Amino acid sequence: MKDKILEVSAIENGTVIDHIPPKAFFKVIAILGLDKLDTQMTLGTNLHSKKIGKKAIVKLSDVFFPDKDINKIALVAPQAKLNIIKNYDVVEKRVVEIPDDIIGIVKCMNPKCITNSEKIVTKFKVVSKKEVKLKCLYCEKITDQDNMQVI
Amino acid sequence: MKNKSLVSITDFSKSEYMKILSLAEEYERKPVRNLLTGKVIANLFFEPSTRTRLSFESAINKMGGRIIGFSDSGSSSVTKGETLYDTIKIVSNYCDLIVMRHPLEGSARFASEISSVPVINAGDGANQHPTQTLLDLYSIKKTQGKLDNLTLFIVGDLKYGRTVHSLLMAMSQFNTTFHFISPEELKMPEEYKILLRSLGLKYHEHKDFTDIIAEADIIYMTRVQKERFSDPIEYERTKNAYVLKNKMLTNTKENLKILHPLPRVNEIEQDVDINPKAYYFTQALNGVFIRQAIISSILDVN
Repeated sequence: MKDKILEVSAIENGTVIDHIPPKAFFKVIAILGLDKLDTQMTLGTNLHSKKIGKKAIVKLSDVFFPDKDINKIALVAPQAKLNIIKNYDVVEKRVVEIPDDIIGIVKCMNPKCITNSEKIVTKFKVVSKKEVKLKCLYCEKITDQDNMQVI
Repeated sequence: MKNKSLVSITDFSKSEYMKILSLAEEYERKPVRNLLTGKVIANLFFEPSTRTRLSFESAINKMGGRIIGFSDSGSSSVTKGETLYDTIKIVSNYCDLIVMRHPLEGSARFASEISSVPVINAGDGANQHPTQTLLDLYSIKKTQGKLDNLTLFIVGDLKYGRTVHSLLMAMSQFNTTFHFISPEELKMPEEYKILLRSLGLKYHEHKDFTDIIAEADIIYMTRVQKERFSDPIEYERTKNAYVLKNKMLTNTKENLKILHPLPRVNEIEQDVDINPKAYYFTQALNGVFIRQAIISSILDVN
């Protein structure tokens, strides 16, 4: 019976991103550009989690992210856990960490910011990590967690 | 500062600003100098401005430079739908320096990234206006003989006024005691008070300043705009508390000077103008010398 309740199957080599909040699921897909990958992947959301109630999970075969790429998801899924899989075994567990600079992921919340009217890659300095606050390098205004919109 | 853009008041160090201020003193002594012969400066004003544009033009003319540009976006290719990116790319081919005012915040930083020549920000929306801040510093230094340990009153719209925020940041490097006088709706934003606390500087907030005016070395007046109030009755009730009248200056310090970034509407009564403590028109003149100093430093022609 136990096999039948396995909601997402195991992978041989690759990366598992676990404990993604379901509401951040599609943002994580967008930030990591998963829609552009051609490797085998299993995506699941609204799965049962003892820790956070409901969760989403991403299993990617033969994909390993550099820190600077994977850390981008910390903006939307700070409690996400990474498992690096080699030969069906977890060889490394990692947590994600908010980087110091955010380039090209988030939209500036200031409607009068130049980045919202011309084609410009947004740039932010992270001024607070606990409760995420991003300072736009163009208009110098703060975009906070509640108003953060992933491009 | 050679070949560097001036976008934000935080772009330069205190010592670089002090150099600009002493250079401006030299321009005040001898304003006409042919240092910009053969130089072309583009003045791109995407929104109207009187003082800033004219004082830049005056500064450039006094140094023998030539000016190209436009004074509102209606007479530029913006009306044809050209992006700022394209405008800057093209104009930077035609000139040695760009002076730009634009209604969108961050536009000057963006322009400085794509331009092949330095950019001076002459105001980007409600964000930054660094040449105004430098002329304010120059006016304070000139009238007080120093910038350190002064008591600065800032009156009016402390919430939206960009000149007020830049002035606060600049003066916070000189052990200033701040008094903020504003209606409840237009109080100094928390982020600036956090900055002052972190630097260990004293600040006081008031709704009225008649009783404390004797302490001031500088009173920096700003416009309280009716449209900033969500409640028009609240505006009517409070507007008179932020008007400076000549009789209020009777028992003030000898060295007190009244500053205002201008334009004024009714927040300084006209009878103040003849009081020797009124300094706002001279302050506007100082804008020419400070802009001469900034342009010549960036173009390295001194």
